[in-house]
Amino acid sequence: MQLLEFQAKELFREYGINLLDSISSTNIEEGRKHAKELGYPFVIKIQVPVGGRGKAGGIQKCQNDDEFDIKYPQVMDLEIKGEKARAILLEKMADIKKELYLSIFLNRSKRCYTIIASAEGGVEIESVKNQIIKEIGLGDVSDEVAKEVAKEMGLEGITAEGFVDTLKKLSKLTIEKEAELVEINPLAIMQDGTVIALDGKFVTDDNANFRHDELQKYQEKTEIEEQAEKSGFSLVELDGDIAVVGNGAGLVMSTLDMLSDNGGKPACFLDVGGGATTESVYEALTLISKLDRVKGILVNLYGGIVKTTVVAEAFLKAYENNLIDLPVFSRLKGTESEKAKEMLKDSRTNIFDTVEEAINAAVMGIKK
Amino acid sequence: MTDIFELLKGKPEDSDYENKGVIVQGITGAYGSIHTKQMIAYGTNIIAGVTPGKGGQKFEDTVPIYNSMQEAVDATSAKISILFVPAKFFLSAAKDALNSGIKLLVAIPEHVPIRDTMEALDLAKQKGAIIIGPNTPGIMIPELIKVGIMPPMPFKAGKIAVLSKSGTLLYEISDALTNAGFGQSITIGIGGDPVNGTRLIDAFEMIKDISDLEGVVIVGEIGGDSEEMLAQRIIDLGFNKPIVAYIAGRAAPKEKRMGHAGAIVMGTYGSAESKVSMFNKANIPVAKRPAEVPVLLAGKMENRLE
Repeated sequence: MQLLEFQAKELFREYGINLLDSISSTNIEEGRKHAKELGYPFVIKIQVPVGGRGKAGGIQKCQNDDEFDIKYPQVMDLEIKGEKARAILLEKMADIKKELYLSIFLNRSKRCYTIIASAEGGVEIESVKNQIIKEIGLGDVSDEVAKEVAKEMGLEGITAEGFVDTLKKLSKLTIEKEAELVEINPLAIMQDGTVIALDGKFVTDDNANFRHDELQKYQEKTEIEEQAEKSGFSLVELDGDIAVVGNGAGLVMSTLDMLSDNGGKPACFLDVGGGATTESVYEALTLISKLDRVKGILVNLYGGIVKTTVVAEAFLKAYENNLIDLPVFSRLKGTESEKAKEMLKDSRTNIFDTVEEAINAAVMGIKK
Repeated sequence: MTDIFELLKGKPEDSDYENKGVIVQGITGAYGSIHTKQMIAYGTNIIAGVTPGKGGQKFEDTVPIYNSMQEAVDATSAKISILFVPAKFFLSAAKDALNSGIKLLVAIPEHVPIRDTMEALDLAKQKGAIIIGPNTPGIMIPELIKVGIMPPMPFKAGKIAVLSKSGTLLYEISDALTNAGFGQSITIGIGGDPVNGTRLIDAFEMIKDISDLEGVVIVGEIGGDSEEMLAQRIIDLGFNKPIVAYIAGRAAPKEKRMGHAGAIVMGTYGSAESKVSMFNKANIPVAKRPAEVPVLLAGKMENRLE
């Protein structure tokens, strides 16, 4: 999962990384109280799990009560890259001399943690110039390595000391919480030479969740995604109108691609997984029936471990119980697929020999 | 680099040539037992199983079960194991195997924490062992040995190597290849995790020198940069046998994990465009659909003959 800025900062604070005073809220009444505690001037920052907030108007300076009453609801109502505000963070204003970039990420191909740092931060990582990249293995960043990075960035005096301290704390946090990415951008040098984390990004390794109960309060899933997880399949909600169901993440992704190539819009990605049973597929259909935007279901199965008859049975049960009154377009191949086709022959499932044919029919069928 | 064929088949002078023993870790579990039966049915020599507390029993009245890997390896001298334990227990089971002398460890479980995979890899490196997975369907030489969970129908012995991050796409694409007359010399499941014991580039190293290799199919997906690394390696080597790639996830939204833990685009890192453009740079055509793979491969082969 990706944490929001204020959540990442809660972790930064716990690890002693320098921050400005800030308080998060989810409504204007709460926000007003916080405004009094914090005192003007401050910055109003939208909390969304995507970048580009500044450009979209999601970060606004605020000098007094009148401005607050106008700007707080404005920022709260923004939608950035399709993401609505989860909260609003009020943060004290900073007198900045320079903006740096610092992150530690899990380098997948090199199989170790890697530092990226730059003296020219404050822009998105793709545009950060003069990147210093250092592979650091699986352990904490040593004093020596941290000093080397500071030196390469041209930092001196208390700024270099502050940077070294921040980097070491950040690496401890990354390793202890098993993060895939922790980023401070910008890491600001203040007028007095100290360094402060102005923003924070934090992505966890969800497979290590069982070791990190303390992070579970940050878990953010739609009700449907959560139910899917409980049932042992993965579901990602998308904004189109054709639900895509299959077995295996690769196969379902591939089906999404082909559907999009043909002008169709996927409503969700649903991988019933290798351990699918009639019950779990029925559960999956129940979740799809709750997505109002769905106008049709596209099924692409390559039965291996999962028998296609198991899936066919779930569909028959769903029709019988009137769970689904949408058109279904399916391609069944692999284990027991002939039997599965026979089972579904007289049902509302349209069966096709190839996925391409099923997709074409789905796209045409939905347009009608 | 350890020769993968020597591990899976042995040498012609070995008494167990083309009949290498495989140990199953977690043989009595629901998943482990189903697939052990299927591997045996495929012809794989399942020589022992391990389930702590069940030592002395027999699986299906034939395969002896041991309490630990050390006991199983001591009794059988096997060098290959396949692991079906729940993700939480992956690290201890992997250490048990590697410390007992296993040289090829196939790790099936999904949802293994990255740190555990990296620790196991560290140990494997010290021991000169190979880990395939985690979150892999396994590895097979069609019609000879299957150490994995793949269904048998899509595969046929032949001369094309298939390397795949995805399980079902491996079946789907191998099926298409088989139907088009392209059998497979070996298929290697890389796995859908962010960190893989055997990366695409490592799998390529394993197969690139097969003397009668006629072509390679690479099945990638969004996330990470192992496709890009492989494409660069192919350019550097000047490798000139026909290669065709397929990349799943072109239509996936950014910053969303698409089923596999590793299938996520962060910024531009891991995007399909980046992978496709690197493959194009390496003169490797990228299929738009799985069904297009054998067509492109046939095209590549014809060009080569001209």
